Amino acid sequence: MKLLNRVSHYDDVQLQFWRSDFPILKTKVHGKQLVYLDNAATTQKPLTVIETEQEYYRNYNANVHRGIHTLSQTATEAFEAARTKVQHLINAASPNEIIFVRGTTEGVNLVAQSYGRSRFQANDEIILSQMEHHSNIVPWQILCQQTGARLRIIPVNTIGELQMEVFESLLNEHTRLVAVTHVSNALGTINPVNEIIDQAHQRNIPVLLDGAQAIAHLPVDVQELDCDFYVFSGHKLYGPTGVGVLFGKAALLDAMPPYQGGGDMIRSVSFENTSYNTLPYKFEAGTPNIAGVIALGDAVDYVTSIGFEAIGEHEQALLSYATQRMGRIPGLRIIGTAVKKIGILSFVLEGIHPHDIGTILNNQGVAIRTGHHCTMPLMERLGLPGTARASFALYNTRKEVDALVEAIYKAKEVFKL
Amino acid sequence: MNDLRDLYQDTILDHYRQPRNFGHLDNANCAAEGFNPLCGDKLSLYLRVRDGIIEDIHFEGSGCAIATASASLMTECLKGKSQAEALKLLKNFHGAITGVLPVGDLGKLEVLAGISEFPERVKCATLAWHTMKAALENNQVAVTTE
Repeated sequence: MKLLNRVSHYDDVQLQFWRSDFPILKTKVHGKQLVYLDNAATTQKPLTVIETEQEYYRNYNANVHRGIHTLSQTATEAFEAARTKVQHLINAASPNEIIFVRGTTEGVNLVAQSYGRSRFQANDEIILSQMEHHSNIVPWQILCQQTGARLRIIPVNTIGELQMEVFESLLNEHTRLVAVTHVSNALGTINPVNEIIDQAHQRNIPVLLDGAQAIAHLPVDVQELDCDFYVFSGHKLYGPTGVGVLFGKAALLDAMPPYQGGGDMIRSVSFENTSYNTLPYKFEAGTPNIAGVIALGDAVDYVTSIGFEAIGEHEQALLSYATQRMGRIPGLRIIGTAVKKIGILSFVLEGIHPHDIGTILNNQGVAIRTGHHCTMPLMERLGLPGTARASFALYNTRKEVDALVEAIYKAKEVFKL
Repeated sequence: MNDLRDLYQDTILDHYRQPRNFGHLDNANCAAEGFNPLCGDKLSLYLRVRDGIIEDIHFEGSGCAIATASASLMTECLKGKSQAEALKLLKNFHGAITGVLPVGDLGKLEVLAGISEFPERVKCATLAWHTMKAALENNQVAVTTE
């Protein structure tokens, strides 16, 4: 017993260290201590990431891959070092497989327009799931309009898991691509991506994984997964907004036409003929988000220094504590009770619309997301207009879960329930 | 907490739980749909207008307490009013909840004045009203708050 207490005390101390890395957590909202539980929308940034971004602008702001002057060389080195950090984070075989984009959305659009548009034709099929974020639906719909390809959808069961037996039946000779989310942003479900990739590859069908919700919570190894494309955003990984990553297998990326034309992505240009640069630059037209990329590299250093084992252990303990406490609130129903989940708790409260819950919680300093979470087809499947969603990150505490529970009781009180 | 009590007054909770003039209106001659893409709130509004007077007005749909209560109260206020009066009331109501105009003589709608402390909820409260305006102007395009 004593030992257990000591372990838990040690963990609390550790957690306070992590929290002290994030200046924004000291903020007060409506006179209350901020309880930030909207991490699935975006995570907060540690001071080191904020300072790294500033440092670029203060000390070595210059364009990359062009100048021979010192600042440009320093900036280029830092920029390319970030690429290597991302490569190691997801264990890609080469830094050339790491393409910097604006975010997950741009990564998906890049694959749809470059890979899909040059290959797909009428009657080809793209398999998505019912739990996709709109950003992994709409780019494919646009591609379908352009090429005549069709979408096939893996349904979700009532607890928020993919119906894998249906997935198997959807795979056929017309299937050209499977694009599914690694983790559901609305429910927290961790999808059986190994099995999906395995089954698709048996038919030589490539798989794109939307890693937006997985990247800050799970160790990702693209070689072990053997996925063909993996996309994620920096801002959900404690990094800045406006920068994200597309991983693609080099052979696939090499064979794909450019997504956008411009500077940096060319080898030589004449009005008669232009030849393109090699990977990864072929897909990085124009001056990139240099400060963002460098700061993302720092965010990668930050999470890897803590380690996914510690992060996962902490977040899973928090999820299980929150699930227990929330489950005891009368009239509260947790939406998404898959066996494997990350720290996302979607819920509805009888007699109070999610939007009203959001306002009352905000009044107590508790920041959550309410609405359809950009997953309207999933909400329709679940028969809900939307949910309230609390999502955890490495800096959240049990005390914050208690504040969330207390604020929910306050909402019931305001609604006289 | 006081702000919350001002926002969620008993009258509002009552109209949320038991919306008045709720459901389809047969023999309506004006209708429009309203949609708040941010939160997914949807409502359909039906009016019967004769000689410039709103004889009857109904709504249906799903939304938060603020959107539902505002729609319900609006239908109560507008029944029997002229189109010009309805549009004037929209202007005064919008002005009051955005804090631009004094609450003045809003009658029943005064219970919604607390929204001025919650700017992020103005869209919820005005959804039904913008939809009403579109219906009267015979605008067939669905109204959104964005």
